[in-house]
Amino acid sequence: MSDSGASDGRTSAASGSLVIPGDKISSDTGGQIGHGVMKKDGSLIATKLGYLVEKGGEFSVSPIHTTYFPRPGDLVIGYIEGMRANIWFIDLNAPFNAILPMSLAPMKVEYGATRDAMNVGTTILCRVQEVDESHSSVVTMKGMGLRKVNSGFVDTIPPHLVGKVASGANSIINQIKDSSNCRIILGANGRIWVDGDSNGIRVVRDALSFVRENEHSTDLNGDVAKYLVNGNGE
Amino acid sequence: MGGYGDIQMIDENGVRVDGRKAGDLRPIEIELGVVPVADGSASMRWGTNYVIAAVYGPMEAHPRKIQRQERAVLDVRYNMAPFSTTDRFRPGFNRRSREISKVTADALESVVQLELFPRSKIRVEIEVICAEAGTRCVGLTAASLALADAGIPMSDMVVSVASGKVNDVVVCDLNKEEDNYGEADLPMGILPNSGELVFLQMDGDLSPAEFQEAWDYNMAAAMNVHEIMKEAIAKKYGGES
Repeated sequence: MSDSGASDGRTSAASGSLVIPGDKISSDTGGQIGHGVMKKDGSLIATKLGYLVEKGGEFSVSPIHTTYFPRPGDLVIGYIEGMRANIWFIDLNAPFNAILPMSLAPMKVEYGATRDAMNVGTTILCRVQEVDESHSSVVTMKGMGLRKVNSGFVDTIPPHLVGKVASGANSIINQIKDSSNCRIILGANGRIWVDGDSNGIRVVRDALSFVRENEHSTDLNGDVAKYLVNGNGE
Repeated sequence: MGGYGDIQMIDENGVRVDGRKAGDLRPIEIELGVVPVADGSASMRWGTNYVIAAVYGPMEAHPRKIQRQERAVLDVRYNMAPFSTTDRFRPGFNRRSREISKVTADALESVVQLELFPRSKIRVEIEVICAEAGTRCVGLTAASLALADAGIPMSDMVVSVASGKVNDVVVCDLNKEEDNYGEADLPMGILPNSGELVFLQMDGDLSPAEFQEAWDYNMAAAMNVHEIMKEAIAKKYGGES
């Protein structure tokens, strides 16, 4: 068959542009590749829908949608989704539920009394202890600050935004904390626990909504700062 | 195929019953994110066809016997709504929908990087709301868009187009009359960036020369559809794709 239709002459995408799976990013120069990029036939190809990022010659795609995959050491907010006699199953906003063994619970629990200690629907603050290659993970509640969450509410942001929201001295999360006077804990799985008065919680919810809507802004920190001053009049 | 009286479906000037030339596509409209509860979704109007595709996952594969230790499984379900055709379509899975679900899954497995999600399942739902002709092509293309919208890593998009033979003339993108009364039908799934083929079926007979002509029509049409897909994505998410 003829090769009509192959589009070898396509131009490379520029940094910051929207790319879709299969788009040619550049020629493969043998360098490192980042998230959402693969090497194919001497070219770098986007594998995800998102915005192209170039940093020090390394290309990656800042995706529009992502799924959270646990990594050891991640501080996460989970929901109890089920239990057996000696373990709980935890929803971490990931494809697979994690397990929390009775031995890693923050309180003493008798064998068979897991439901009495933490029932289905309980929100917990925990840390990912280990993850194997097939994505099975174990979480622990032994550690400073890890506990059942009994107050406040939980909001979410896309998991790929967690780094952007938490990074820097004047990070977005710190700005929101200062403006709202709320206690905020950002989980690596995109869940955010917020506790404070109702007015503060409203400020946080609005600000997080603004972050979600403007996630691909080039100066999101600055935009959030302006929003917190002008948007809410705080 | 054929044998349905002397219906003239293409005139002496090469104009088809719906006014198109042999190589023309039907009008195409694409919208992304039409199912907010899904992880990714897309709707596609292709002529009178109207198809919605939604993607959920990756998620834990259930029942466990379908899990693969080294990769994810694609669970594709193609379904036609009972009101999608002029005669009521009996609801539920049937042999045709099973076949289309399978070939769609096979085509998508060629591009989706399943090895990144061991033991998982990615669920793809394709719902045909209005059927004219070529619903498997529209379903496969819409599913590829919904997968991209869900952030599932893929090596390329999949574009599917069908060409066929009507009154001994090879034409691109068959409509309902041409599909029903034509002599052959050649749906193909194409990777637009590499020109590779991931899906091909043929119904009826084509000579080698006719097959080549239908192939060329499909390849050219796939590039046009790919551009429309990129425009729709850029419209939804901003920027220039």
